[in-house]
Amino acid sequence: MKILTGNRLTDGEAVWYGNGAWLETIDKADLADDKAAEERLEAIGAAALANNVAIDINLVDVNVVDGVIEPLRLRERIRAAGPTNRLDLGKQADHGSVPAA
Amino acid sequence: MYRYDEFDHEFVKARVAQFSDQVQRRLVGEITEDQFRPLRLMNGVYLQLHAYMLRIAVPYGTLNSKQLRMLGHIARKYDKGYGHFTTRQNIQFNWPALSDMPAILTDLASVEMHAIQTSGNCIRNVTADHFAGAAADEVADPRPYAEILRQWSSVHPEFSYLPRKFKIAVTGAERDRAAIQTHDIGLHLKKNADGQLGFAVYVGGGQGRTPMVAKKIRDFLPEEHLLSYCTAILRVYNLYGRRDNKYKARIKILVHETGTEEITRQVEAEWEALKDGELKLPEADIKAIDAYFAPPALLDRPEGDDAVKLARLDSRSFSEWLDQNAVTHRHPDYAAITISLKGIGEVPGDATAEQMEAVADIAEKYAFDELRVSHEQNLILPHVARADLKAVYDALVEIGLATANSNLITDIIACPGLDYCALANARSISVAQDISRRFASLERQRDIGELKLKISGCINACGHHHVGHIGILGVEKKGSELYQVTLGGSADENTSVGDIVGRGFEPEEITDAIEKIVDTYLAIRLDPSEKFIDTYRRIGLAPFKEALYAGETKAA
Repeated sequence: MKILTGNRLTDGEAVWYGNGAWLETIDKADLADDKAAEERLEAIGAAALANNVAIDINLVDVNVVDGVIEPLRLRERIRAAGPTNRLDLGKQADHGSVPAA
Repeated sequence: MYRYDEFDHEFVKARVAQFSDQVQRRLVGEITEDQFRPLRLMNGVYLQLHAYMLRIAVPYGTLNSKQLRMLGHIARKYDKGYGHFTTRQNIQFNWPALSDMPAILTDLASVEMHAIQTSGNCIRNVTADHFAGAAADEVADPRPYAEILRQWSSVHPEFSYLPRKFKIAVTGAERDRAAIQTHDIGLHLKKNADGQLGFAVYVGGGQGRTPMVAKKIRDFLPEEHLLSYCTAILRVYNLYGRRDNKYKARIKILVHETGTEEITRQVEAEWEALKDGELKLPEADIKAIDAYFAPPALLDRPEGDDAVKLARLDSRSFSEWLDQNAVTHRHPDYAAITISLKGIGEVPGDATAEQMEAVADIAEKYAFDELRVSHEQNLILPHVARADLKAVYDALVEIGLATANSNLITDIIACPGLDYCALANARSISVAQDISRRFASLERQRDIGELKLKISGCINACGHHHVGHIGILGVEKKGSELYQVTLGGSADENTSVGDIVGRGFEPEEITDAIEKIVDTYLAIRLDPSEKFIDTYRRIGLAPFKEALYAGETKAA
């Protein structure tokens, strides 16, 4: 499965696309589980780049375990939580997300 | 230290205005990311995993208190209360908003700092020996030449779009503390038989995915030819360096593929046409720049000997710190001090806003307002009277920066790695912290002796792993982190690239593996005076391989 992510233009904050908006946490990101859904997200991503909402926009692979979105790559898990050596910083501090590693 | 003249002020001010306008136009969508990206990179603004990152130049690692205080201010006001000193003697902030960049750069300009040419395929911040101007073994201060190179290379029209980035380092001592042989151009300032100053010139060193030790192409270049000769090197590179493949675009590849003899011939031929032209440095100009770096008036402070003796008797921890973190100064009443940013279990190179401000105060009060950033990610007080050492130590203890581990195994170089960096494949910081905690005992560290451990989270080698006595490279394998270990690297006057010891280690194995390597060294060294690197050079990989992989190599 894939989700759409990028960094917000104004402050670089990592964001994920869900429910028609760019969210600061990963947990409510829209899931794409087939080609058509991926294409929909890709189109949304392209529009967000064109509209200067977000940059460095990518589809990333995730699993959903017990209803929780878990990126496959450690890189994306760290983006979703914050630096693993500073649990007081990033999403894990701001929003109480589960630490990445 | 160097002070901006009117031209410098105008230049930086104009650039701040220009970039502020570019940021503004980007924020309102007048320019696209594709258009903006090269502009932001030219001004040190990267995008990392969690946010933008701003890399600020610290020319040849030299700072004054006012500047360090401003960095503390930026950390507090625009970032999350800390900054990260890098292996390029620069500082990076990990969380600034793009919309704050104009204000940050304006603040920086007010203390004669900027972020120009801290990225991009141009000549980057020129680095130098962090003990420059203080070291007892120095022929002359290399920083005036670094400053001349900075002025010449700043927005140099011919060298702003090179095949790839270009790094120059200068040392003024035989003992190379600036790692010059790992740079695109390495300059060793020395005197010839007539007492004239000049440079041994090295070209084509570098780390990254293809580590190379620089080749010496000239044993003595008179100082007045510094710019003409560097121009000749860069012209040859600009003309023949590869632009078809990013991974083969550094000058090290050109030097390697062309051969030292031929590249020397090409550079010398180019130089012949240049050397007596406008790039030849007039003596008056060198002297003018030199004057900016005039050492502070170091009054005799002979009371220091007794003061240090007494303080040593009084405090064992002070004594240990002095043994480890003080370096012989050219003036016998003074010392150069390493302020370790490698507290046990801390992040190598990180300093909080409060620490920066406190260190600035210490430098102002006890060290003639002078500070350096070392490529080993520590801060340096280059001139401290021995009589003041105890006071400096006590002040450092108060802010948690009195760790006595300079050049020991916990004085680890580490890049930001996957905790921050968009290029990284694995974490570096967590590995550094684990190893630091494992070897926390100072007694044990001192028994091990000088050991340079360097960690990179990807093959780009910002953490200098290739030239660590022990190097660790983090890679991603099947979605997980894996750490490859190299042994025998070195970044001094006997530069060498480390040898890969064998299969990599998982995150939970790597600290044990390092401990095994260290224990093996302790068991086979001739005596405690034989350093790790010397033991390795005497014996090679075999005993370390045996210790790490005995069971499995036999099975295979």
